[in-house]
Amino acid sequence: MKSSVIVFPGSNCDRDVAVALEKLQFKNSMVWHKDTELPKSDLIVIPGGFSYGDYLRSGAIAAKSNILTEVIDAGKKGALILGICNGFQILIECGLLQGALLRNSGLKFISKNIFIKVQSNDNNFFSKYKRNDVLKLNIAHNEGNYFTNKKHLKELEDNNLIPIKYCNEKGNIDIESNPNGSINNIAGIFNSKKNILGMMPHPERMIDKVLSEEDGLGLFSSLMN
Amino acid sequence: MKFSVIVTLKKDVLDPQGKVVSQTLKNMGIKNLNLVRQGKFFEIDIDETDPIKAENQVRVMSEKLLSNQIIEDFKISRAK
Repeated sequence: MKSSVIVFPGSNCDRDVAVALEKLQFKNSMVWHKDTELPKSDLIVIPGGFSYGDYLRSGAIAAKSNILTEVIDAGKKGALILGICNGFQILIECGLLQGALLRNSGLKFISKNIFIKVQSNDNNFFSKYKRNDVLKLNIAHNEGNYFTNKKHLKELEDNNLIPIKYCNEKGNIDIESNPNGSINNIAGIFNSKKNILGMMPHPERMIDKVLSEEDGLGLFSSLMN
Repeated sequence: MKFSVIVTLKKDVLDPQGKVVSQTLKNMGIKNLNLVRQGKFFEIDIDETDPIKAENQVRVMSEKLLSNQIIEDFKISRAK
């Protein structure tokens, strides 16, 4: 499996994602945003960070970069695309995913470990997990408050396009366990074909017991299959 | 030709920053305050003499980059 990690000025989780992918034996390339050609890739990852210093809106400037034209093309042809944190914001700004990521409801930058519950595993990203698994991952963002209109929200819920929701340690999805005010506790969403995933939590930060924990590993091993 | 564009969150989208500003103004003793919504302001100068063409260009800029149409509205006005 070949993967590409797109790097923007201000990306800061690009190397962590590369380490995670290489641990799972992906043949990975780092692709600079000014490049106009994307190496042939089964998986494209848009990593977290603060592309262009979050100017205008998080992800808005990155969404207009050269390489994104190629990424959008690949996504429409069915390549797997994973956008983490700022990557999720970029996927929304370039139109591959719908909705918006607003400022956290508490107006604070949040960096902490949270719990998410796997809602569906009949897809390429969560197949190694079981439904209702509770995962401990890390979030670090200022704009993670997912919002969309009622019609789209219903589409997401009805078609199993919300694979992960914020929950507490016991797996209860409630207001107290929602860190950023995200509508329906949404932590990540798919496009309608489920080949594109945007998520706020960072799975690449939980892939090694020596450094942290391992709950994020299953996502990368699911993608390897 | 000079234009200004104001981008604000749509009415049904929560504006936490506007809320905090509103609360602070109330705390400062302003009792008759109804609402504060926070937004962004852009000054745009383009090399075009036809006002209709120029405004259309600014509209495209506003739709494609300056605002996110899902959550934001924009208002264009010609500056003197």
